[in-house]
Amino acid sequence: MSILINKNSRVLVQGLTGKTGAFHTEMSQKYAFGKQCYVAGVTPKKGGTTFLDLPVFNTVAEAREQTGANVSVIYVPPPFAAAAIDEAVEAGIEFVICITEGIPVRDMVMTRYKMRGKKTTLLGPNCPGIITPDELKIGIMPGHIHKKGPVGVVSKSGTLTYEAAGQLAEFGLGQSTVVGIGGDPVNGLKHIDVLKMFNDDPQTEAVIMVGEIGGTDEEDAARWVKDNMKKPVVGFIAGLTAPPGKRMGHAGAIISGGKGTAAEKIAVMEECGIKVSRSPAEMGKTLKSVLK
Amino acid sequence: MKIHEYQGKEILRKYGVATPRGIPCFSVDEAVKAAETLGGNVWVVKAQIHAGGRGKGGGVKVAKSKEEVRRLAKEILGMTLVTHQTGPEGKLVKRLLIEEGADIKKELYVGMVIDRGSQRVVLMASSEGGMDIEHVAEHTPELIHKVFIDPGTGLTDAEARDISRKIGLPDAAIPEAVTFMKALYQAFWDTDASLAEINPLILTADNRVFALDAKMNFDSNALYRHPDIVAMRDLDEEDAAEIEASKFDLTYISLDGDIACLVNGAGLAMATMDIIKLFGGNPANFLDVGGGATTEKVTEAFKIMLKNSKVKAILVNIFGGIMKCDVIAEGVVAAARQVGLPVPLIVRLEGTNVDLGKKILAESGLPIISANSMADAAEKAVKAAKGK
Repeated sequence: MSILINKNSRVLVQGLTGKTGAFHTEMSQKYAFGKQCYVAGVTPKKGGTTFLDLPVFNTVAEAREQTGANVSVIYVPPPFAAAAIDEAVEAGIEFVICITEGIPVRDMVMTRYKMRGKKTTLLGPNCPGIITPDELKIGIMPGHIHKKGPVGVVSKSGTLTYEAAGQLAEFGLGQSTVVGIGGDPVNGLKHIDVLKMFNDDPQTEAVIMVGEIGGTDEEDAARWVKDNMKKPVVGFIAGLTAPPGKRMGHAGAIISGGKGTAAEKIAVMEECGIKVSRSPAEMGKTLKSVLK
Repeated sequence: MKIHEYQGKEILRKYGVATPRGIPCFSVDEAVKAAETLGGNVWVVKAQIHAGGRGKGGGVKVAKSKEEVRRLAKEILGMTLVTHQTGPEGKLVKRLLIEEGADIKKELYVGMVIDRGSQRVVLMASSEGGMDIEHVAEHTPELIHKVFIDPGTGLTDAEARDISRKIGLPDAAIPEAVTFMKALYQAFWDTDASLAEINPLILTADNRVFALDAKMNFDSNALYRHPDIVAMRDLDEEDAAEIEASKFDLTYISLDGDIACLVNGAGLAMATMDIIKLFGGNPANFLDVGGGATTEKVTEAFKIMLKNSKVKAILVNIFGGIMKCDVIAEGVVAAARQVGLPVPLIVRLEGTNVDLGKKILAESGLPIISANSMADAAEKAVKAAKGK
């Protein structure tokens, strides 16, 4: 088992023919069941053509109708990316993954508003994507550092996720699913949502939760873990040394009004029974220590 | 992106937010002339820098004659203003705002930001204006009222009326306050603002409301659709190294330590700073080279980091995923050759083709210290910075 995606997912790519979309789709097709899972591309005005052996459609609705796609990944440039999410939602796609970085926050406020009451789940934007090792990779992460196993990973940061996977490998541990939720202030899935899914997933035995400064998502997730989680959770929070008022790369990674500090997040997580590694080099070791 | 108070007020006035009349000035003579143009007999001389806390730092003063305007303008222009937001080095004042005096009966607070939890714009208002709102939030949170604004309808009359009453505005001032708040929301939304703060919002003796101060920040991802706001950018207010870095698509933030770091990915970059601290060192900067650590980017990053004379070691921490380690190693070697290496360089590579990458570093003939893990790298960098 796994969460959100597996080898039976049918994926369409919005922005397939662009440079980024083409590059990462090709890498993803080469990974495990990628060739069979990727079924279509969508690029306006290029409908009817074929690209990377995939039929290209003008609209998501058409692509879904013709190929039965139920997952969409978005590589559309920032000014048009929110509209691309809207289109996928309108077309009834179950799971939308938006990789695009740099979408204006106001666009995301509107998009999230329009998503109310819809059945679509959104991951991102500004995220590395999601991978279920040995089955399907959707996003920009390197496939080969992952292997199948019992650890669920949920993270705001892309490279720290790779770091976590690399450290797990040293202990011979693989992953059930690795979910990069991204570091934008207004987005889809949050730590808490992914933890709930890992809690219900029989393959997942323990979870690494990687967070960073800004917002209160980690605290919200930790409180939920305390009352509901049946599996051990370990964590790491980046930005213990980040100065207030400075945006550390990700749009959401900023300490403002004395809120969103790493110290506060770590304190709440530990109160809720989550073992937090102070060193980013010991995420794997910390996970290993809680595994039964 | 941040702008000055006078620029924020210009934007707000266009949307119908009431502000005192004022004129921005760059010299003492201009300041006196501005006071003449504005007329009246009380003026406020206000330093224009991007940091808050200007009043407490001595950058905002009231003048009761034109001679006093001249004297205060002379005093404030060119002063180095130190506030709780500027850091101890302070900020040189190069611009002033001369404003007509206001008859203040009460000072209140209104602010807007994007709320992550509700994923909406939140209007926050309080009867406790003029002071540090974070202090109010911490000690008397019941005095801060909030409206999470529905993006479909915008701020409604009923919501604006209700919150105006809650912060203690008298009935006679409510219609103007409703107009004020709705205009503020429209300005916030239309300009892709990330922060709008009116502190204080003032109530005058004749029950009118004005924005006595205005602080606006904007979403940098949305600037492409606001050339008028981009034109307001004041590079004097920004860190030179950060501006230089942004030209090469590098995210750089100056810090005050002595170990420069070059990392791919924002999370890993922050974690690298953290682990340096954990081993007893201090990071000199945050630097995210992004997904593509090309030779050109690494070279520019080296140049920017080495401009900081405090730097005693450089730590490169790259997890090569899509980007292969051998390509990154070649970039690091080429950059080091071009820029020269006045301080020890510690490199930690991990990921695709890592062995090939390490071999390139080892065979470069450059005094590069190779590290096997993030912890190893941090430890070596801290030692090197301490001259051990």
